[in-house]
Amino acid sequence: MLRLPVFGFYQPSTIEEATRLLAENPASTRLVAGGTDLWPNMKRRHQVAETVISLRGIAELTGIRETSDGGLAIGATTTLAAIASDLRVGESYRALATAVNSISSPLVRNSGTIGGNLCLDTRCTYYNQNEEWRRSIDYCMKEVGEICWVAPSSPRCWAVSSGDSVPILCAWGAEITLVSKDGARTLPLAELFRDDGIDYLSKRPDEILTEVRLPAPSGERAAFWKLRRRGSIDFGVLSVAAVGWCGGETTDRIEIWLGSVGSTPVRCDESIAALIGKPIDEDTIAEAAALARKGEGASPLGNTDFLPQWRGKMIEHYVAAVLREMAGLPRERLAPRHQR
Amino acid sequence: MKEQRHTCTLRVNGEDAAVVFAVHHTLLEVLREEVGLTGTKHGCELGECGTCTVLIDGKAVLSCLELAVECEGREIETVEGLMIGNELHPLQSAFADLGAAQCGYCTPGILMAAKGLLAENPSPSRDHVIEALGGNLCRCTGYHKILEAVEWGAAILRGDLASRPPPEVFHGDRIPGEEVVDA
Ligand SMILES: Cc1cc2nc3c(=O)[nH]c(=O)nc-3n(C[C@H](O)[C@H](O)[C@H](O)COP(=O)(O)OP(=O)(O)OC[C@H]3O[C@@H](n4cnc5c(N)ncnc54)[C@H](O)[C@@H]3O)c2cc1C
Ligand code: SF4
Ligand code: FES
Ligand code: FES
Repeated sequence: MLRLPVFGFYQPSTIEEATRLLAENPASTRLVAGGTDLWPNMKRRHQVAETVISLRGIAELTGIRETSDGGLAIGATTTLAAIASDLRVGESYRALATAVNSISSPLVRNSGTIGGNLCLDTRCTYYNQNEEWRRSIDYCMKEVGEICWVAPSSPRCWAVSSGDSVPILCAWGAEITLVSKDGARTLPLAELFRDDGIDYLSKRPDEILTEVRLPAPSGERAAFWKLRRRGSIDFGVLSVAAVGWCGGETTDRIEIWLGSVGSTPVRCDESIAALIGKPIDEDTIAEAAALARKGEGASPLGNTDFLPQWRGKMIEHYVAAVLREMAGLPRERLAPRHQR
Repeated sequence: MKEQRHTCTLRVNGEDAAVVFAVHHTLLEVLREEVGLTGTKHGCELGECGTCTVLIDGKAVLSCLELAVECEGREIETVEGLMIGNELHPLQSAFADLGAAQCGYCTPGILMAAKGLLAENPSPSRDHVIEALGGNLCRCTGYHKILEAVEWGAAILRGDLASRPPPEVFHGDRIPGEEVVDA
């Protein structure tokens, strides 16, 4: 048996109790929701903790409700399965349901939560291995090692941000709430992420993510595509999300985000600029897709499945596919289906 | 660090099991090592294979990624609880009659994932079955017979015996409500 290391365990039933417990020793305490990321990481000793606090017993952290401005607030411990099957999500934020349904397998989605997906540890081929494997290469910078095996001359870690709900929620302009013993703060979800594979969240260790909020629907169109080796279980090597607001023929506002290409979600600034004020058609799609591939941050490294060159090429195809779906253009057959 | 131990009663297959275990032990470990139910298998223990699947409050989840301490007060169902009295569950008889198991290591997890699916959708299409079993790996069968067996199990449960598979794939004699025919 691959056993978890010994830790002390708490099951608070209110946010106050949880933040108070967490504040006692944030550095050696970890939060757990569904455990589908934390438990594998602790079993392989990537992550350690003296104390683990479960958020599952906190009723106010779970469930989906409509906000006063007509948007949707999703509690941090709402399971991925509950989000994917929610009627309001299906009706007004279908691309979010698609993204959530692409995560792992149905078994994992019955336990895994949205909060855990947003705070998911970054991933790398040299890191997501068992302890013996990592010891044999003297570990790497993300643990106790000296260097980064992906980019040995680099001073930083490039492990990959892999939460598949992240790009679509960023594209929708979602907001999150972080709560600590000292109070609450609200920030755009995009500001939760830092471009560093080790220190990948701007959340302080004493803070709990309590909620993610989507703005009220206002006639936008959205799409999500994900690339991975198998149609289930595997993490993605690329996810692309776009949300666009079009008044008449031309695009007023559009957001295109990539996931699993770097240590943060990546906003395709150049592609977005190229589409504003124009119709979304074959020509503008081709231009925007080519720009996405050349964009800053969109340069996959050799630290996930598949060759980085091929993954880079697929950015162009997948951005085009997402924009085509948004514009109602016929679908082109690409690499492996991301979904049945 | 000292182990924190927990004493409680888990509700497994409709029966109470009084157990003592360390809080960092998973439901998989406690089922196999404390409750003595070894039908739930351990494979990867990292969420990647599905052989440890059980139902918790009717939903198919991975027992290798659930702490036992968090299962107190919830209904746990394992493969040992599938039989209805002395009768095999229709999913079990369908698996046997269609030869849907070879080494059988993945079977308990697949049966539980299938039961979870049928509770939500008694008439799943082939795509629904493929989707629901997307977290369960089988290294022997090539999946085809598994998919057929889940569909046949669902048909028996619905009482739809007319969709019985053709004789060339059907080796069983256990069709509920029908006379057992001697070969
Ligand atoms: C086989 C397998 C395949 C997977 N495939 C995918 C995939 O394709 N795409 C994908 O995105 N993910 C995938 N995952 C990862 C994971 O299942 C999901 O990301 C899931 O949503 C994580 O949620 P959780 O509640 O289980 O997280 P947990 O494991 O409970 O937590 C994950 C991290 O977030 C922190 N955390 C959790 N909740 C909060 C909170 N409210 N506030 C602050 N911190 C918090 C925890 O401390 C921990 O560090 C996969 C996992 C497995 C085992
Ligand atoms: S990117 Fe480099 S430092 Fe980061 S996990 Fe991979 S090998 Fe380690
Ligand atoms: S043993 Fe639980 S998923 Fe493999
Ligand atoms: S029958 Fe051997 S793994 Fe499925």
